[in-house]
Amino acid sequence: MPYLVHSPEDRAAMLETVGVQSMEDLLVDIPRSLRMESLDLPRGLSELETMAEISSLAARNRVYPDRLTFRGGGVYRRFIPAAVAAVTSKPEFYTAYTPYQAEASQGTLQAIYEFQTLIAELTALDVANASLYDGATAVAEAAMMAHVHTGRDEVLVAGYVHPEYVEVLRTFSDGRGIKVRTGSEPSQKTAAVIFQQPDFLGLLVDARALTAAAHDAGALAIACVDPISLAILAPPGEYGADIAVGEGQQLGLAASFGGPHVGFIACRKDLVRKLPGRLIGAAHDAQGRRGFVLALAAREQHIRREKATSNICTNHSLCALAASVYMTYMGPEGLRQVAEVSFKRAHALAERLTALPGWELAFPEGQFLNEFPVRVPRSPAVLRKLARKGILGGLDVHRWFRQLKGVLTFTCTEVNDPRALDELVAALEA
Amino acid sequence: MTEPLSFELSRPNAPSPRLPDADVSAPGPADLLPRDFLRTHPPDLPRLSEPEIMRHYSRLASLNYSISENFYPLGSCTMKYNPVANEAAAALPGYAGIHPYQDEDSVQGALELMWRLEQALSAVVGVDRVTLQPAAGAHGEWTALRMIQAYHRSRGDSRTEVLVPDSAHGTNPASAALSGFHVVEVKSGADGRISLADLESKLSSRTAALMLTNPNTLGLFEREILDIAELVHATGAMLYYDGANLNAFMGICRPGDMGFDAVHMNLHKTFTTPHGGGGPGAGPVGVKAELEPFLPTPTVERSNGHFELNYKRPRSIGRVRSFYGNFGMLVRAYTYIVAMGGDGLRQASEDAVLSANYLRKLVGEDLEMPHEGPCMHEFVASARNLSHDGVRALDIAKALLDREFYAPTVYFPLVVPEAIMVEPTETESKATLDSFARAIKEIVAEARSNPQALHDEPQKLPVGRLDEVAAARQINAYLQGSSDDPVLRWKRPSNEPC
Repeated sequence: MPYLVHSPEDRAAMLETVGVQSMEDLLVDIPRSLRMESLDLPRGLSELETMAEISSLAARNRVYPDRLTFRGGGVYRRFIPAAVAAVTSKPEFYTAYTPYQAEASQGTLQAIYEFQTLIAELTALDVANASLYDGATAVAEAAMMAHVHTGRDEVLVAGYVHPEYVEVLRTFSDGRGIKVRTGSEPSQKTAAVIFQQPDFLGLLVDARALTAAAHDAGALAIACVDPISLAILAPPGEYGADIAVGEGQQLGLAASFGGPHVGFIACRKDLVRKLPGRLIGAAHDAQGRRGFVLALAAREQHIRREKATSNICTNHSLCALAASVYMTYMGPEGLRQVAEVSFKRAHALAERLTALPGWELAFPEGQFLNEFPVRVPRSPAVLRKLARKGILGGLDVHRWFRQLKGVLTFTCTEVNDPRALDELVAALEA
Repeated sequence: MTEPLSFELSRPNAPSPRLPDADVSAPGPADLLPRDFLRTHPPDLPRLSEPEIMRHYSRLASLNYSISENFYPLGSCTMKYNPVANEAAAALPGYAGIHPYQDEDSVQGALELMWRLEQALSAVVGVDRVTLQPAAGAHGEWTALRMIQAYHRSRGDSRTEVLVPDSAHGTNPASAALSGFHVVEVKSGADGRISLADLESKLSSRTAALMLTNPNTLGLFEREILDIAELVHATGAMLYYDGANLNAFMGICRPGDMGFDAVHMNLHKTFTTPHGGGGPGAGPVGVKAELEPFLPTPTVERSNGHFELNYKRPRSIGRVRSFYGNFGMLVRAYTYIVAMGGDGLRQASEDAVLSANYLRKLVGEDLEMPHEGPCMHEFVASARNLSHDGVRALDIAKALLDREFYAPTVYFPLVVPEAIMVEPTETESKATLDSFARAIKEIVAEARSNPQALHDEPQKLPVGRLDEVAAARQINAYLQGSSDDPVLRWKRPSNEPC
């Protein structure tokens, strides 16, 4: 049987050492009425047969080439340097556990400490944690922090925040009796104003004004940001946001049908004790050597139990490692180049798309980076036509927003080369 | 050996990576965006060439213990071998390369895999439906409690308390509190199992659920589980199963048959998806029919051989995560289940139980075993017998590190003083277990002859014991404004140029 190591002789010898006759003697505490004859599953397969079955399922999924994918909505195709997988596929990283024994886990601990620093640098905030599950739960966790910090029971979602993030926020909030309101006017009851920059449609919001409005009402400002955009855009710390969160998929992670990716959260230092999840800090041994440890663990579930700031135990370390390798590979210039190329290509594409008969920008006044909403005649037919030509066209956002009938958001990054733009436009003109 | 931080290795004039130019004529951000939208100073990311980056991470990797190189008997964590075929499966372009918002027709294989995984997990734990959306075990616990809360509310029953045994994982009370419940602790009896008398005294019409893991965190099967279930259900409460210890009885018995109404599973424990140094995991939740209406949206449904995502679930608790969960981990777990089959999973659990009892017998020669056996897939020893030598569980843990074993879980569960919780799993050979037992024997002998030497371990690792207390003090100083060193991140010395 695959992956099992004992031979029948080993089992017999071990039973003898234990001092019992058979396996049954070790299972005596299980009531007879609960015992099963066997599991109702097919028998196991060889690796060859297993992979044939798994591959045949994979073959029933259509894979659009990166360069012909123009759909984003929270998951984007980006160039992923080979260095990322080369690092994350090192078994010393991917088969280790949460670094409870610091001396034997310095690789993971230091890599995550670097991740915390990278995210803090990118967002221009004081401290970032070791990762969260995804952008959606990061928004929800930030809202819970604001609720605890302000003692207020309402959070305000301003503008087009990713609808799935808002759904997750509602599920978190319901359990704790917190109200989720949409709008842009905070009140004295508002714990936080949550906005996304750029928003779900790709448009820039006035983050400074939203932050100021939150602060005027005594609320926190939570900025949900695209990490790559921060090579170009003013970071949350610069305009005074209290907490920055976001989805890190674009930092070196495959689309993978939506996960696993990585959420991040950073905050001002006076909020650090309310941060959810793991935090790594620097420490020294008796010889004065620097090492890294799990820090401020007294906030966490395994110490504080029902009084913990969150229930998070396993987070998304390996995805955070991927993001760290990506950011380190890019460096400040590389990240800026990626963001600028995406910006220029998206603007070139927007110009060409809006030259098509009946196509127009859904928000002509709106500024965007690399994703933008266009109003498109007969949008479902357009998407079907593109699919027939092997192109994954824009995302139909009408599914979430009734007022956006016929609106598709197109995204363009460094992987969509100029010829891919030509192919897209040619397919639409055909 | 230690390794400098990437930030410390960074050189101001290191070459930046070669990336494509835009090759289109279009304005740049500075041409179009208002000035106060733009970043004024670039983020201070490291500047390193690829060769330097690769060496940096290879050196970091060499500082870790991992299952690939070390026995990792971390109790409650089920550190078993992570099959490499799982990794190959998840990397197939047909899985890694699909977008979550593709049309359902174009992702039938992915949806079918999720549907089949749901069927398989349902068969293993004995439930009617499973959601694959939760990203980790604690996330699954919380998801289950939200469903239980919704169930009670749907019946006009506002139950406010969740009962949690004193031996439970810390995530249990935390998840309950975050769902808005008041946590009530239930005591363990002298035999290490839940005290029925204490349970009975704490159950009431306020009780929404009892959270239980079975075998419990002492590795003992709750023999009276059927009575427990009856007591809980008689008050109208639900029984929740913490799946951390599911590796003990796959194919032998099922939580659903024991009376559990909601069951979370850790794919990163029982079903061999790697832990990744602390995630990503996956924490699916199985439920009995009465909780089915409250499952997160969307669910995966099959109709006429076609698979679809069902969003029309008016009584659902809503979403708990974006998209469909940690899909890549679902692929790995399903690959494992196909390879093992029903017969293999059962043998895995039997071997896990046998290995734990075998190691318990050997280790029992040197450490105290506070509870009577047999155990299931793990056991809890106590280092209390060494306390007169001034040696603690922590010292044993550190001494094991010097002998190239990762340490067991220590000081958990809280009900055992100087607890050392060992879970060998089915993928460690008898020879490995023997050598671990020998190491314990040596360490205990050293505790008696030269306890000071143990306090100084580990000696052979990149760093010795780190002063967490001093680090915490420094963090406090930073948070209170009396120090500039954030401790929780690297900060460029103020006299150094970017």
